[in-house]
Amino acid sequence: MHATNLATAPASKVNYEPKVFDLSKITLREFNQALHSIQDGTNATSWEVINPKGSHAVAAGAEHPISIDVKGSVGYYCGGMNQKSTITVHGSAGPGVGENMMSGTIVVKGDASQYAGATGRGGLLVIEGNASSRCGISMKGINIVVRGNIGHMSAFMAQSGNLVVLGDAGDAFGDSIYEARLFVRGKVKSLGADCIEKEMRPEHIEILKDLLAKAGITDVKPEEFKRYGSARTLYNFNIDNADAY
Amino acid sequence: MSYHNPPTTPRGSATFDQYSMSEIRRAAATGIYDIRGSGAKRKVPHFDDLLFLGASISRYPLEGYREKCETKVTLGTRFAKKPIELKIPITVAGMSFGSLSGPAKEALGRGATIAGTSTTTGDGGMTEEERGHSQTLVYQYLPSRYGMNPRDLRRADAIEVVVGQGAKPGGGGMLLGQKISDRVAEMRTLPKGIDQRSACRHPDWTGPDDLEIKILELREITDWEKPIYVKIGGARPYYDTALAVKAGADVVVLDGMQGGTAATQEVFIEHVGQPTLACIRPAVKALQDLGMHRKVQLIVSGGIRNGADVAKALALGADVVSVGTAALIALGDNDPRWESEYQKLGTTAGCYDDWHEGKDPAGITTQDAELMKRVDPIAAGRRLANYLKVMTLEAQTIARACGKNHVHNLEPEDLCALTIEAAAMARVPLAGTSWIPGQGGL
Repeated sequence: MHATNLATAPASKVNYEPKVFDLSKITLREFNQALHSIQDGTNATSWEVINPKGSHAVAAGAEHPISIDVKGSVGYYCGGMNQKSTITVHGSAGPGVGENMMSGTIVVKGDASQYAGATGRGGLLVIEGNASSRCGISMKGINIVVRGNIGHMSAFMAQSGNLVVLGDAGDAFGDSIYEARLFVRGKVKSLGADCIEKEMRPEHIEILKDLLAKAGITDVKPEEFKRYGSARTLYNFNIDNADAY
Repeated sequence: MSYHNPPTTPRGSATFDQYSMSEIRRAAATGIYDIRGSGAKRKVPHFDDLLFLGASISRYPLEGYREKCETKVTLGTRFAKKPIELKIPITVAGMSFGSLSGPAKEALGRGATIAGTSTTTGDGGMTEEERGHSQTLVYQYLPSRYGMNPRDLRRADAIEVVVGQGAKPGGGGMLLGQKISDRVAEMRTLPKGIDQRSACRHPDWTGPDDLEIKILELREITDWEKPIYVKIGGARPYYDTALAVKAGADVVVLDGMQGGTAATQEVFIEHVGQPTLACIRPAVKALQDLGMHRKVQLIVSGGIRNGADVAKALALGADVVSVGTAALIALGDNDPRWESEYQKLGTTAGCYDDWHEGKDPAGITTQDAELMKRVDPIAAGRRLANYLKVMTLEAQTIARACGKNHVHNLEPEDLCALTIEAAAMARVPLAGTSWIPGQGGL
């Protein structure tokens, strides 16, 4: 189960002054290079980025168990391929936040644009606002929790992991899904090819309970969600299913 | 006395030829479109339709065995902190573990390394076999992102963002259930035995403006060390090359319609995309118009077979060529020694292209544990190295005959065309004339 595979960055418990990086004074390259140059076991586990002003690829390729607080909104691919770091965006995130993340946690306090968590393999991505279209596209083991709504074509070709949506999902939800689990508390506008509603069994309630707790959500109950997943009818080609594509 | 009508000779239709009719019968019987591996098999204008002029009085040649003709090439000089150096202007194209067996991938790495060149991963992630045995390894970044992770990205020597391939511009990957073994399934995070049809578009970017940001992200993750290639299929080479350069590519990889694939629809392979010969000059023109020819390197693939093809592609403006199908043949694909087994599969050596079925008698395009033992990675790697070296020698021979001390000094002025079509596509004069048809367009 992927839900237990979370980073354990002790961010808030560390008593060091945060290292502050002002992106109006240094370049993105200088910041990311500093991030990649961290030595294992560093005491400087609390990092802060100010004036991100929509920069792309902020903290892309982070790979140490530190906390990175980004004070403002970011552009594309914030926290791309993250491993172990806990990244909090105190603003909104552009397309592809947490794309292909491996582990760690990313929290977006505002909204997220398209492709949030695309192809993610592990860790936890929490969007406290809404996420746009293609949230969780091609996800491969990541857990994504969205407090608001998600847009169309979300979880397209989702292979593995869990997507939890407290609000509504847009059109063609879970199209061509493989083995990812989708949980939606609100309405689903329409389901995509081969995606169906499935029975919520006790083990799914446990997964939800765990993910909601990890996302810091205490005001909704797992029982309020419906589960969706693959009907597995398109796993092997059959000409009589051709009109499903 | 009865009158006897003289019979006419039975005449088949040129339109409904034997192959077309067999395909109609096959479709009617199975209800599935024909899927196969390899590239376009139809005859299209190709490098054979070009000739080198050679030197005489107006140009003088270099001595074949005494005067140096360089073949070295550096890729990624535009932005990468660590460009890669190849000893020869020939590299091995991306082919996945999954479509190919582990020993075949290892053999490609060994052969390329002996010859001083690179090999490339494919739509299935990086295996230890190929990383371990390839001195220079290009890591493909594909729409499926199977096996993608920052560790492999950082231990690659270059990154190739795959937008398309010549066999199927606009199409995604395909690996049918027969080849999804436990190991392949695990690497791709998929259930075993399913038909895997991967996406044709990248999941987190669309269009050239997004691609620029995607390339920025990949450079940031790898600290701007790695050359970043962008691979395109031969669709609209002028514009696609220009947009790849605009997006920040260090290297453009251009694959014409004869370029092979592990598996896709026959209709796609034969009817979508342009011949390699028609793609090179528009791509070079785009680089020249942007002032980037030789600054952003161009790798051309799709139907390269011998040193003459290499020399012709370079003369038309490519920096490097890439071989896929030819490399597999060097390893032992379609070898007549397995003829009796090809017969059992309903085909014959040289025609076998059902690579998706995983029954390859040569043990190359399979995940069958017994069949893959037929590939000895050391011996097969040696054959590939020999083949790559022979092609290089051939290209040098031609370059010297044209008076060039580096294969990159070959130029369109060294060529003429045998057909009007080839003259138009390659933008060189028809032999015996000064006529280059079709000038005036891009």
